[in-house]
Amino acid sequence: MRSLRTIGTVAVSVFRESVRDKVLYNLVAFAVLLMAASYLIGQLTAGQDIKIIKDLGLAAIATFGLMIAVFIGIGLVWKEVERRSIYSLLSKPLSRAEFILGKYCGLGLTLAVNVAVMVVAWYVVLAYMATTVPPEVRAGWTTPATDLGMLRAVGLILVELMLVTAIALFFSTFSSPFLSAGFTLGLWVVGHFNADLKNFEAVVDSRAAGWFAHGLYYVLPNFAAFDIKQQVVYAQAVPAGYLATTALYGGVYIALLLTASVAVFSRRDFK
Amino acid sequence: MGRRFFTPVLLVMLMASAIGLQALRERGGELPAGPDSVLYVRSPAALQRMALSYKSILADVYWIRAVQLYGDTRLGRRADRSFSLLHPLLELTITLDPYFGVAYQFGALFLAEAPPGGPGRPDLAIKLLQRGIEAKPDDWRLYQATGFVHYWSNQDYAAAADWFGRASRLPGAPTWMGPLAAVTLAEGGNRKASRLLWRQIQEGAADDWFRNEADRRLKQLDAMDQIDLLQNVVATFTAKQGHAPAAWADLVRAGYLRGTIVDPTGAPYRLDGSTVSLDPKSRLLPLPKEGARP
Repeated sequence: MRSLRTIGTVAVSVFRESVRDKVLYNLVAFAVLLMAASYLIGQLTAGQDIKIIKDLGLAAIATFGLMIAVFIGIGLVWKEVERRSIYSLLSKPLSRAEFILGKYCGLGLTLAVNVAVMVVAWYVVLAYMATTVPPEVRAGWTTPATDLGMLRAVGLILVELMLVTAIALFFSTFSSPFLSAGFTLGLWVVGHFNADLKNFEAVVDSRAAGWFAHGLYYVLPNFAAFDIKQQVVYAQAVPAGYLATTALYGGVYIALLLTASVAVFSRRDFK
Repeated sequence: MGRRFFTPVLLVMLMASAIGLQALRERGGELPAGPDSVLYVRSPAALQRMALSYKSILADVYWIRAVQLYGDTRLGRRADRSFSLLHPLLELTITLDPYFGVAYQFGALFLAEAPPGGPGRPDLAIKLLQRGIEAKPDDWRLYQATGFVHYWSNQDYAAAADWFGRASRLPGAPTWMGPLAAVTLAEGGNRKASRLLWRQIQEGAADDWFRNEADRRLKQLDAMDQIDLLQNVVATFTAKQGHAPAAWADLVRAGYLRGTIVDPTGAPYRLDGSTVSLDPKSRLLPLPKEGARP
């Protein structure tokens, strides 16, 4: 219980720090982007304005979140070490595990608030755009502009961002910010090619290389699985089982990375 | 006091200078147009991989590029007036987002449009729609669009009627689709059937672009009717007077017309000898070929 309170205290301080560092300013950028796009898209394209705003909103939520997760995640531990505040922190009744978990939860809270506000702004823009469309056109839509089913994709985006944060935090426990950013973004990119790794044996002659790629498919985080943006925009069925398994997969991977982060950080010598 | 204002004044002066230089450079005229837009990635499969989790938004970008290219080329804003990138752009769009219904529907119309208004490639239009039907086998609009291409570009009215008939049997198809198939089969190619087709499109259009296009097509048909009437008037005048009218004013003076006759867009018709035609700047041009595509 005391541990949870300590983790909560660290998390709240991380959240406050991100507010102080003006991280939430990205919300203004997001709102401006959506409002500008909603005006411009109609001038640029023939039809599908709502579809494009849906795509743009989901892509922007994922991108803004990714930037926050990577570039704040890599500095979570490194900043404390660089400022030497880690010495005073660890001299307090705060275990290294609580420190790591608190930092992670704090950034998770920042991301959740960010995503929630972006989603509200996105739905407001969609609702406004829907009012500008003639009723006879609206009648032909297979899915409403403010379809709540799109929140399924937002949910998986949030899990994906939490996973990216865990990766960034893991690297930040032993590496420099520059390398941590490179490793994290690299893993995120590779995580989208998982299907290719799985089928690698079909394009190479070497069985060993095929098995190695197959192994990597299972070991590396599969970020492609979290991407159901296209399906929700077209209101296609995404089985509840798929959502639950993917969210659980993300949760287990996050637990794995946090355990590894705590293990690495516990062995670090700050003398 | 002076130091406090120095920075803002300097910023304003620099901004004003930048704006002034921009205006000065523009006054010197534009540089000659460079090479036309380039498609750096032509392989849909490669682009699909590179898009990571941004396939949908990238599909939107390629769709907007396709629409812009079609519109700019059609309006003569591009140096080479070529539609050569249109099909690759549409291919990339539908590979990134196979459910992008409008890209199939409008893309096929763009591709099938005869030169100079389009590339005149109904074969590619039908291929595009076939891919759409593979991805969305229950979307009646794709079957209707295929019928369209057969009707307008291939003048294959039996095939058009077949596709309209298939569309009519799909869930959500409008009630007029069945009769449209019958009319196309019986009267395909005449103006009455064409007018019926475009009127149904105009009334059921889920998009401004489609509605405007239907409106333009209907006006073309009206213009063709008017040209026929005017041609008759000119022929009657010529037979009675023994010479063709030199201008519309001759026909007005002779009591055949009440005043200047304008096309459905408001542009006056041209009279060249005994031939009546649209003003070369009319947005109704080119008119469909009579007999082949009324």
